[in-house]
Amino acid sequence: MARGWAIFSNQADRTVIHHDATPRRRSAWPARRDKRAILWWLLMLEAFRFILPGLGITVSVTLIALGLGLALGIVMGMCRAYGGMVLRSIAGVYSILVRSLPVVVIIFILFFVIAEMVDLSPFFSGAIALGVASGAYQCEIFRGAIHAVPNSQMVAARAIGMSRFKAATTIILPQAVRLALPAWANEVTLVLKDSSLVYVIGVPEIMRRAQYVSASTMEPFAAFGAAALMYLLLTLLAGRLLEKIEARMRLDI
Amino acid sequence: MIEFFSFARDVLPDLLAGVRLTILISIVALVIGFVIGLPLAVLRIHGPVWVKRLIFAYLTLFRGTPLLVQLFVVYYGLPQLGISFSRMTAAFITLGMHSSAYQAEYFRGAIAAVGAGQMRAARAIGMSRGRALRHIILPQALRLALPAWSNEMVSMIKYTAVIFLIAVPDLMGQAKMISSRMFMPVQTYILVALIYLALVGLASLALYVIDKKLSIPGLSISVKTR
Amino acid sequence: MTLSPILRIEKLHKQFGSLTVLKDISFTVQPSEVLVFVGPSGTGKSTLMQCLNLLAPPTSGKIWLEDQEITASGLNRNQVRRRIGMVFQEFNLFNHLTALGNVMVGMRHVRGMPKDQAKKQAVMELERVGLAAHAAKYPSQLSGGQKQRVGIARALGMNPHVMLFDEPTSALDPELTGEVLAVMKQLADDGMTMLVVTHEMGFAGEVADRIMFMDGGAIVEQAAPADFFRCPQTERARKFLSMLNQTELIDRPS
Repeated sequence: MARGWAIFSNQADRTVIHHDATPRRRSAWPARRDKRAILWWLLMLEAFRFILPGLGITVSVTLIALGLGLALGIVMGMCRAYGGMVLRSIAGVYSILVRSLPVVVIIFILFFVIAEMVDLSPFFSGAIALGVASGAYQCEIFRGAIHAVPNSQMVAARAIGMSRFKAATTIILPQAVRLALPAWANEVTLVLKDSSLVYVIGVPEIMRRAQYVSASTMEPFAAFGAAALMYLLLTLLAGRLLEKIEARMRLDI
Repeated sequence: MIEFFSFARDVLPDLLAGVRLTILISIVALVIGFVIGLPLAVLRIHGPVWVKRLIFAYLTLFRGTPLLVQLFVVYYGLPQLGISFSRMTAAFITLGMHSSAYQAEYFRGAIAAVGAGQMRAARAIGMSRGRALRHIILPQALRLALPAWSNEMVSMIKYTAVIFLIAVPDLMGQAKMISSRMFMPVQTYILVALIYLALVGLASLALYVIDKKLSIPGLSISVKTR
Repeated sequence: MTLSPILRIEKLHKQFGSLTVLKDISFTVQPSEVLVFVGPSGTGKSTLMQCLNLLAPPTSGKIWLEDQEITASGLNRNQVRRRIGMVFQEFNLFNHLTALGNVMVGMRHVRGMPKDQAKKQAVMELERVGLAAHAAKYPSQLSGGQKQRVGIARALGMNPHVMLFDEPTSALDPELTGEVLAVMKQLADDGMTMLVVTHEMGFAGEVADRIMFMDGGAIVEQAAPADFFRCPQTERARKFLSMLNQTELIDRPS
């Protein structure tokens, strides 16, 4: 599999050069109408095969980002809902700042900043960046969910002697998480799609592999079409899975 | 720190040239999304079954795949089928269609929120469905959709950040050129981040003001301000 | 010489899937007559109203409005609905328009009247229902009774020949029903042909020319109010009235 012209090196010189995959000529296949349709399917299937290894990377990046985002989201959400001035401000600034920026910008900044400090692969830098970005949105999701839990729950918890912190973590939070499920399921789809953006730092996920295929076979439509199909399958699958989980765990107040 | 400011002063003009393009593209794409999205929403509710199915397929496609993939398919893939666009056109089309899928859902929700009783009352005084939509349902639905739509406007500014990958010289495009020219990526992108912050902040403010101006007592709209 | 009926319904039948809601309904309405439909809930009275103005077209049967068969195919239903006014239980006022706007919108966009003419007539209609002072208010700023009166004004703004009232006061607090019923009584006195579905027996007794008792999707008994309330002919009517009397005794000290 030709590596294409995109170069990424893990060393000091971290310039990333993007190559322009504009095809120069059309496919040289025979132009018989009836063969064309089957041809596209074959081409897409081929492309699919070559892009497939990227699937694992995409899913891994997504999962790591979701995990990080979850941790950040819950902590920051709690800070915004229950924290004192300081915690609320920190969480607030984080949430507003990160949500105002395009994800690519966050990926670039964190990638270059991390690169100066630690020798981390683009895979991890990208996953961390996505996690930080998702964390801000999840912060808002959980904050909303915490507010949606009726105040009477907190009152009752404190009436049996719990501290605010204990009540928040053992009574409110479990309910909030269940209330947040629909919005969280949506976030999963969004992170999955945003994972395509780590393309810009050269991670060999679906998009990057699709681009290699496109460059080497000169069949960009089949290549990117196959990539689109792959994402579609992923989002549909994730959607189904999350529906099942939601059905089991959902709480409607 | 002083270094940063002098660096900023050097590159700002180029970056600002990019900002103009970013704003232009955001607005045009948003309008395209509206022009496509609103009819789609109406047809989803009032159209014939086969149209509803088609629209559902369109929505699933555009909401189930990343914007980046859509962009590449349009700009790199379609020429193979004989349809070629310039970079700008490809950016407009892709962003517009992508946004239209989300806007269609917002409008559909808003139309549903207006309620069936309104349509019934409008028809009871002799209005055709079309007139009822135009004078009764849509004026209310659009106002109800305003919060979600303002969100979309602000998000659009962020969506445009990927089109630099097809070499459009918007803010990110300029940033990339500067970063490869001057080898100071962290400073460059931090500056870019500050500019996006300003853009998003101003857009949110503007929409808040517009929402206040358009509000009608009893037609519930609430805008969450940052 | 008998006047020709303004409304004639023949063998109206309405089915929703396998559920039959209206069975073989036939009756006529003379001009300026006030028909009040009473009966247990869920017996198809509202559905009948919706069939009459073709919002829910009947499964079979024919309706004649002023000698024109409005159930004929190919007819422009929107045109027909101009001649039939409807007042809803849930008011259904247009939320984005003021009271005046609500009354004007049909005039401008259905009857094609120019703005000032529409405004003039709209103000007149609002005066007719006693709400001229509230013309600039939005629905959310009006009480239930006021909202319903605007609803009546809106329907009147189309200059209908027949008015249908689908439980106009059922969604109102008891103190507010009076103002609406007063407007309806005035309308009846002014000679409007009205078909009213209601639970307000007092109103029925006072204003109706004919009581139509419905049960199980059919018209079981029709009579003048005095006859109906004092000596109901059918068993079901008697049962219904006895249930009512019990509640009437509780709710209304005579």
